[in-house]
Amino acid sequence: MSKSETSQALCAMPTSDEMTYVLRLADNAMILGQRLAEMCGHAPEMELDIALTNFSLDLIGQAALLYDCVLARENLAPNSDVLAMTREQSQYLSCLLVAQPNVDFAHIIVRHYMFVTFQKRQYEALLSSKDKQLAAIAEKALKEIAYQIRFSKAWVLRLGDGTDESHERMVEAVDCLWRYSGELFDKDDVLCSVIGSGLTADFTNGYQNWQDEVSDVFAEATLNIPSDTHMLMGGYLGKQEDHLGHILVDMQYMQLKYPNLEW
Amino acid sequence: MYSTDLRTDAEKKSAGEALRSVEDAAFLAAFQKRIDDGAIIEPKDDMPEKYRKTLTRQISQHAHSEIIGMLPEGNWVTRAPSLKRKMILLAKIQDEAGHGLYLYSAAETLGTKRDDMVADLLSGKAKYSTIFTYPTPSWADMGTVGWLVDGAAITNQIPLCRCSYGPYARAMVRVCKEESFHQRQGYEVVTVLARGTAEQKKMAQESLDRIWWPSLMMFGPSDAGQVSQNMKWKIKRHSNDELRQRFIDATVPQAEILGLKIPDPDLKWNEERGSYDIGEINWDEFWGVIKGGGTCGKMRIRDRKTAHKDGEWVRAAAAAYAEKQERKHSAIAAE
Ligand SMILES: [Fe+2]
Ligand SMILES: [Fe+2]
Repeated sequence: MSKSETSQALCAMPTSDEMTYVLRLADNAMILGQRLAEMCGHAPEMELDIALTNFSLDLIGQAALLYDCVLARENLAPNSDVLAMTREQSQYLSCLLVAQPNVDFAHIIVRHYMFVTFQKRQYEALLSSKDKQLAAIAEKALKEIAYQIRFSKAWVLRLGDGTDESHERMVEAVDCLWRYSGELFDKDDVLCSVIGSGLTADFTNGYQNWQDEVSDVFAEATLNIPSDTHMLMGGYLGKQEDHLGHILVDMQYMQLKYPNLEW
Repeated sequence: MYSTDLRTDAEKKSAGEALRSVEDAAFLAAFQKRIDDGAIIEPKDDMPEKYRKTLTRQISQHAHSEIIGMLPEGNWVTRAPSLKRKMILLAKIQDEAGHGLYLYSAAETLGTKRDDMVADLLSGKAKYSTIFTYPTPSWADMGTVGWLVDGAAITNQIPLCRCSYGPYARAMVRVCKEESFHQRQGYEVVTVLARGTAEQKKMAQESLDRIWWPSLMMFGPSDAGQVSQNMKWKIKRHSNDELRQRFIDATVPQAEILGLKIPDPDLKWNEERGSYDIGEINWDEFWGVIKGGGTCGKMRIRDRKTAHKDGEWVRAAAAAYAEKQERKHSAIAAE
């Protein structure tokens, strides 16, 4: 076997829409968890360091359960570490939003608030799933998500309606990150298929409700949602931006350098 | 150790002179009697200024060490080799941050603000444990740090659970529980490596080679035979050498079980003492680290300064927002 063949052989992609969808959920949680882990020891305040580390831990915990859920149904890899940490960049099915960089605390907060308010709707739609394991994972995660929403909402208000500088930074963050919101609720073929099969309820009909909720909070924070935004999409299909590649260099380092070992 | 007195002799001397003769002998004797009778000193109690200063220095230095200690481990959190290890490491770093905050609160009960203590850390005035100036270039260091560094911390901190100052003693009880958990997890990481492939075993041995001596230095230079003021005040209960010996005697057999070699050719069991004898510790290296920051000290402080500076606008925003809310509420109340 040539070298490139061995590295290809570590992991396969799901064949079913259902497991493709669960892999999206897992990758979303994993990549955002990994992003937040970068802040460990570097957050703007010690209390915030603890909070961000905690969210990272919650998210990677969710990802671990979801990867196991995928592996129990499709034998893609020998274990969840290989599934999580060895794929080609184009095989990661996370939305573009979660890989956005930690530009500053405003970006971290806007990204987080947008993501967790969306994730709440996405996971609530799993509570009635025909897949009981998936429903149980969602139920557990929703408790964590509720706290993360409270935390990030409070910071959206503080930073948006704080000082001129914090407001400016928030305007810039919203302007940059809002472009990734369309993908979150995009009802593509995979999502249509898994709604049809009963894996998830249709949360995309909550898009307007999500926009209303977010724009209300933004308004209270003296922030506006940008109008006429051209939405950027493709992450769910593996069309990733540059950012993810840099995340993967770190995340995959040990698994690729020392394949098939126990740690 | 996290709380070992890291001041140079000159620093110690000038601090001592400033306080001498300020307090009368009767008060000091009465305070000593209280300590001798086993009293626990609480924040509202009268205490000698030197007792307050010493504890403030010791507790804040311990807090700084917890916070700086997050950095060498944070260095591996994005590269941890498995999901499980990544989560354990995140949880450990979160615990250390919690210890830092908890200890700053304990130090604040003595009358110094956390912001001032942090400012001293960032300016280089305050010290932190020398161990965190060492690099963590391999994954195995995440095991060795837990095993040895948290292990050494526990050895030092268990006696502090009976320290005469109540808030510090109570903080230590809570912190020790978590440190012993970290020590076990670290040892488990090293165990997996030691039982793994030749490559993994090499990784573990190299890491032990790197961290063994610095972990012994954590206890500080020999102070045997000195009955210090800190001992009389029950801020310190054992000599540095005694604690170091305890740690060595507990740790050497743990390395043996794993088939790892302690990097000390002079290490041997002393039947008579019932303890291990060790080779000479390189105290020049220790003082060099204290004065010059060693390999990573400058980077650690730079990282903390950057985080602090990055946080300025965030803190300002939070304060401005809180003030606006306050004004809103008082306006409503006035209506
Ligand atoms: Fe700690
Ligand atoms: Fe610890």
